[in-house]
Amino acid sequence: MEILMAFVIGILFMSATYLMLSKSLLRIIVGTGLLSHGAHMLILTMGGLKTGSAPLLGENAPYTDPIPQALILTAIVISFGVTAFFLVLAYRAYQELGTDNMDRMRGTEGND
Amino acid sequence: MINFLILPILIPLVTGVLLIFAAKRIMLQRWIAGISSVIAIILSALLVQKVRVDGIQTLDVSSWEAPFGITLVSDMMSALLVLTTSIIAFLCLIYSFWSIGEAREKFYYYAAFNFLIVGVNGAFTTGDIFNLFVFFEVMLMASYVLLVLGGKKAQLRESIKYILVNVISSALFVIAVAYLYSVVGTLNMAHISVRISEASQGNPPGIITVIAVLFLIVFGLKGAIFPLYFWMPGSYYAPPAPVLALFGALLTKVGVYSITRTYTLFFYHDTGFTHQLLSFLAIMSIIAGVIGAIAYWDIKKIIIYNIIIAVGAILFGVSAMTTDSLTGSIFYLIHDMIIKAALFLLAGIIIAIAGTSNLHKISGLIKRYPGLGWTFFIAALALAGIPPLSGFVGKLLIIKGGFEAEHYWGAGIVLMSSLLVLFSIMKIFINGFWGTPRAYKGEDKVPVGKMMIAPVILVVIAVFYGAGSEYVYPYILQAAETLANPEIYIEAVLKEY
Repeated sequence: MEILMAFVIGILFMSATYLMLSKSLLRIIVGTGLLSHGAHMLILTMGGLKTGSAPLLGENAPYTDPIPQALILTAIVISFGVTAFFLVLAYRAYQELGTDNMDRMRGTEGND
Repeated sequence: MINFLILPILIPLVTGVLLIFAAKRIMLQRWIAGISSVIAIILSALLVQKVRVDGIQTLDVSSWEAPFGITLVSDMMSALLVLTTSIIAFLCLIYSFWSIGEAREKFYYYAAFNFLIVGVNGAFTTGDIFNLFVFFEVMLMASYVLLVLGGKKAQLRESIKYILVNVISSALFVIAVAYLYSVVGTLNMAHISVRISEASQGNPPGIITVIAVLFLIVFGLKGAIFPLYFWMPGSYYAPPAPVLALFGALLTKVGVYSITRTYTLFFYHDTGFTHQLLSFLAIMSIIAGVIGAIAYWDIKKIIIYNIIIAVGAILFGVSAMTTDSLTGSIFYLIHDMIIKAALFLLAGIIIAIAGTSNLHKISGLIKRYPGLGWTFFIAALALAGIPPLSGFVGKLLIIKGGFEAEHYWGAGIVLMSSLLVLFSIMKIFINGFWGTPRAYKGEDKVPVGKMMIAPVILVVIAVFYGAGSEYVYPYILQAAETLANPEIYIEAVLKEY
């Protein structure tokens, strides 16, 4: 199961990198979303994938470690907030700058 | 008081929430923000004294005991940095009153400002690696707002790049924490240190080194070390002066602090690879920063590149890992926070007067603004480390530590860089303040006298910090001893563990 997850995470990172290297702003934002999904999956996998037991000590069954889930929850909320902000910013920048092409967003102020 | 060390985080948080509700009443906002930051300064000064007398302060949040719950830890280094942060925050706030403009003030400028301080103080205080990530995000979220507030084209464009870089570095942070958790099975920083020591036994497994380098990349992106500083000159160029001063003085320093913390607490067993890498990158940062600072003819850019130089000098001290060099690093870190804030605020005044930051278009300012000129001159000398001003002692100790660790060429480059820093900053002084005075459009509207309050106080602090270093030294030494001997930190956090 861990090996399968490693492939899933790898594919997520791969697509994220591909999308983030493109010029369109929207694709880049989708890329950051995939990147954080990959990172969240990685925490889950790294905490150990055990099935069927409650995260309680003292039972006889091997217990599940609850911490990775708590971490993921926090990280998901944060990345949700950042993505929402990023999308709004991208829309505003598109209105203001008239482009979503990263090539045309180079700044040259103060470079002389 | 048991909960003393959470107050520098809690006060700006409550203030920020209150300010959201008072958004349209500017005077009320100013009073609330001003009073709360004065209280924060007093409390953090008391905290420093408390740490000095009683040793490291810890707080187990919600009374979950140390390795299990989130622990806040205030050792001398974090207490001093929290104090410096509070002082800088207060002075940038005062400066904002006369320079940031009503439009921003009505659109939650002060609230975002306070949330930024929450993140910075939290990152300095926390003793939990994942909590550090959360406070980083609090700080970054507030910084996105401050960066984009105003909505100019340059700000929108640079915000996109800034957010993109930080989203990637946050994802890497999560990845690094995930790896670390899978290896050591804990998130408490003191406990991680214990576990890594147990796993290492003189020769740490390779995965620890991988994690160390991953953390260096994550914090290096935030702290702007060579080759990861590429985003900084562009992004920091966009916002107005008080925001720039906050970013330049605080945000990069949080990255530097995190590198210092992780590299002295976690990854000190096998310094052969990781600390060599750190010292190489530190030296390269100094060189790259010096090249940038000399090449540009733009006030903001020159000072921004000076941040990179300072980060290099501090991290060089950390990489040498002797008590002397660590003392120097902490000394220089605090000096740099104060003096960078002062320089950015002064640069803000120059830009407000001249309407441009291009040095070719500014000259002869000292004729009409002698006070501004001389304050800038003293700040410039302090930045370069002319004794007895504040940069001198820190750099002296860093170089001494470098020689003790037999890093001769590195120490030599740090030494040489001071000269070039002086040259780069004197370029602003000579071209901006000397020469024939010019008339600038709208310069009479700039309230120079009021805007000068904050930078003058900062420069005075810098002078006393340098001249009175004898009185500051015991505090800094205590901070460095905790860094050099992780056992002190571990014992304070885990108690009888």
